[in-house]
Amino acid sequence: MISLTRPPHPKERRVIFENIFKPGYAPDIDTYISHGGYEQARKAFTMTPEEIINIVKASNLRGRGGAAFPTGVKWSFIKREDGKPHYIVVNGDESEPGTFKDRYILHNDPHQLIEGLIISAFAVNVQLAYIYIRCEFPKAAKIMTQAIKEAKERGFLGKNIFGSGFDLDIYVHQGAGAYICGEETSLLESLEGKRPYPRIKPPYFPAVLGLYMSPTVVNNVETICHVKHILRLGAEEYAKMGSPGDGGTRTLCVSGDVMNPGFYELPAGAVTLKELIYDICGGLKPGRKLKAVIPGGSSAKVMRAEEVYKVKTKAEDGTMVEKELAMLDVVMDANSLAAVGTMIGSGGVIVMDDTRSMVWTLNNLNLFYAHESCGQCTPCREGSLWMAKMTTRMLHGGGVATDPDTLKNVADNIAGRTVCAFGEACAWPTQSFVIKFRDEFAQTAQNGPSAPAKV
Amino acid sequence: MQSQATTTNRQAVTVPADLEAEMDEMISHYPVSKRSASLPLLHLWQNHFGYIDDGGVEWIARKLELQPINILELVTFYPWFRQQAAGKTVIRVCRTLSCAMAGSEDLKNSFCKALKIPTDHAGNGDHGAPEEVSPDGEYSVEFVECLASCGSAPVCLINDDLHENVSETAIPEILSQYKK
Ligand SMILES: Cc1cc2nc3c(=O)[nH]c(=O)nc-3n(C[C@H](O)[C@H](O)[C@H](O)COP(=O)(O)O)c2cc1C
Ligand code: SF4
Ligand code: FES
Repeated sequence: MISLTRPPHPKERRVIFENIFKPGYAPDIDTYISHGGYEQARKAFTMTPEEIINIVKASNLRGRGGAAFPTGVKWSFIKREDGKPHYIVVNGDESEPGTFKDRYILHNDPHQLIEGLIISAFAVNVQLAYIYIRCEFPKAAKIMTQAIKEAKERGFLGKNIFGSGFDLDIYVHQGAGAYICGEETSLLESLEGKRPYPRIKPPYFPAVLGLYMSPTVVNNVETICHVKHILRLGAEEYAKMGSPGDGGTRTLCVSGDVMNPGFYELPAGAVTLKELIYDICGGLKPGRKLKAVIPGGSSAKVMRAEEVYKVKTKAEDGTMVEKELAMLDVVMDANSLAAVGTMIGSGGVIVMDDTRSMVWTLNNLNLFYAHESCGQCTPCREGSLWMAKMTTRMLHGGGVATDPDTLKNVADNIAGRTVCAFGEACAWPTQSFVIKFRDEFAQTAQNGPSAPAKV
Repeated sequence: MQSQATTTNRQAVTVPADLEAEMDEMISHYPVSKRSASLPLLHLWQNHFGYIDDGGVEWIARKLELQPINILELVTFYPWFRQQAAGKTVIRVCRTLSCAMAGSEDLKNSFCKALKIPTDHAGNGDHGAPEEVSPDGEYSVEFVECLASCGSAPVCLINDDLHENVSETAIPEILSQYKK
C-alpha cells in the first residue's frame, strides 16, 4: 500500500479516488464492500448488456489511456452474439512518462477495477479477461491477484457470478519492462507470448482480430473503473460532471517544476492550465517563470508559455469566429487541447520553468523513445535514434547550424509512416520543441549549451 | 531494444518441484494458448535463478512445446530480462524527464559511488544492459525508464520496493535496509 495523505483540493471531485485517500482504507474485499463495493456489479445483472452499452455511450466516457476514444463506441464494435469468444484486456502498463494514476488504483483499490471489469465483461459478453500490469509494479500484481482470489471466494467471479448464470475469469499478466507494450496491439502480442511487435491496423483492430484473433476490448485501468461510477450516478449526471463530449472526471498527474506535484481528480474541463498550475499545484518555485508545459504525457506536443493560439469557436448566432487564446487560458479537456494542436493524452502534465534548457529536455525524451522503439519499422527505429544522437551531440557542444532543420526533417519523416502510433509519439516532441523554441535550438546548435540547469 | 551476447554462462540447474508447480499454475491461466505463459515462466525463472541462461531458454521452450528461439527472442527484447547475473539487490533509478529534472542522474551516480561501482560507463543513454554490479556481487545499479511516479521524483525501485523523493543524503539509510 502506498500511503496517500493529501486532502483533496476544493476544486477536486473525487470519484475514482474517493476512497483511496481515506484513513484506514485498505485493498481487501471487506473494506471495499463496506464502502458500497460490488453494488453496481450486482445491479448490472438486472440490466441488459445493450442498456449498459447505451448508458456508457451516453455518459461521454472517453478512454483515459491516451487516445481519448469514446468507450461506449469501442464496445459497440463487438458483436455480442457472433458466436466467437471475446476478451477484455485491461491496460495497466502505465508507462507514458508523466503519468502516474493507474498505479494507485492497482495498489490501493484493486476491487474497484474488478467491479468495473465485471460490468464491462457482461456488457460485451466476455468470459475471460486479463489485467496487463507492468512488471515494475511487482506489488500491484500480488495485490490484484489476491483481490481476484477474494472476489472469486465470494462468488463475484468464476462460474455463475451473483447467481446470474454469467461466468467470468480474470487473470493478471505481468509485462517485462517495455514501454511499447502499452500500445494495444503490442500488448496483445505480449500476452500471446510473442515478441511484442505492434500489429498493423487495418486489419488487426483489436475489436475484430484481437487476442488470439478474436474480438477484444482493450481499455485503460482508469477507464474501466469509471464504468462502475457511470452506473452509480447515471449517464446524465456523469456526463454533466465533465465538459461536452468529455464526460466525468479526469485525473491529471502533475510533475516537474511546481510547488505541489501530484495527481488531481477534476471534472473534465473544470480548470484552465493557469488554474491547474497556480491554484491547484501551488504555482512555481519562488522567483521562477513558466517556460513550457507538456499537457498529456511525454508524447503530447509541448506548449510554450507565451504562446497565443487562434481557435475557432461558435458565436451566439451560430457562425464560426476565430478567437485568440493565451496558453494559460486553455481548458484542460480533450477537445480544448486538441483545438490548440496538442492532446490531453494520458493526463500527464509536465511543467518546466525558465531554468530548463529545452534542448536538454528534448534530449531526455529522445533518449526515451530511442530506447523504447520496438525496431520493427525503419523510420521509427532509425529516426528515434538519430534524433537522440543529434540532441545529445548538441548538448556536448558538437551542434551545427543545420541541426534544428535536420531534427525536424527526421521527425517529419517518421510520423505517418509507421505501423503504430509510437511513430507519432516520438516525432511530436521533436517537431513541437524545435518549432516552438527555434531560437534556443539554433543558439545551442551554434554556441553549445548554456549551463544545464540543476535544481 | 537491446542487443546481448548470443551465448551465456550456463548454470547447472535443477528445477525444484515447487517452482515447477508454480509454473504449472501459471500455465493454467492461459487456457487458450500455452505460449502465453512464456513471460510468466521467464519471470519465475529469473526470480529463482537470478538470470536466464541458454539452459533456461531451452527448458522453458520444452515446457511450453516451443522452439528455443521463441523464448530467446523474448529474453533479448524485454529490458527486464537478463542473461548474466545482477546483484542480489537491484537498484533501478528512473532516468526519464521528471526524475531527471529532480536530479536522478546525480542520484544514480551517488548510488554507484556508495557501492563502489565505477561510473565512467554512465553516459546519459546507457541504461538497460549491461548492468553494473558492485565488486562484492551484492548490488547492481541501472537506469530504467519512467516508473509512473513522476509526482514524487526522483524515484527508484529497489527489488520490489519503490522509494520516492529520494535525496542523495538518504542513500546510506536506504542501503542499510538491504544489508547482505
Ligand atoms: C506507444 C504507445 C504507448 C501506450 N501506452 C499506454 C499505456 O501505458 N497505458 C494505456 O492505458 N494506454 C496506452 N496506450 C494507448 C493504448 O494503445 C490504447 O489506446 C488504450 O489502452 C485504450 O484504452 P482506453 O480507450 O481506455 O484509453 C499507448 C499507445 C501507444 C501508441
Ligand atoms: S512505430 Fe516504432 S514502436 Fe511502432 S511498430 Fe514501428 S518501430 Fe515499433
Ligand atoms: S519520470 Fe521518473 S517516475 Fe516518471
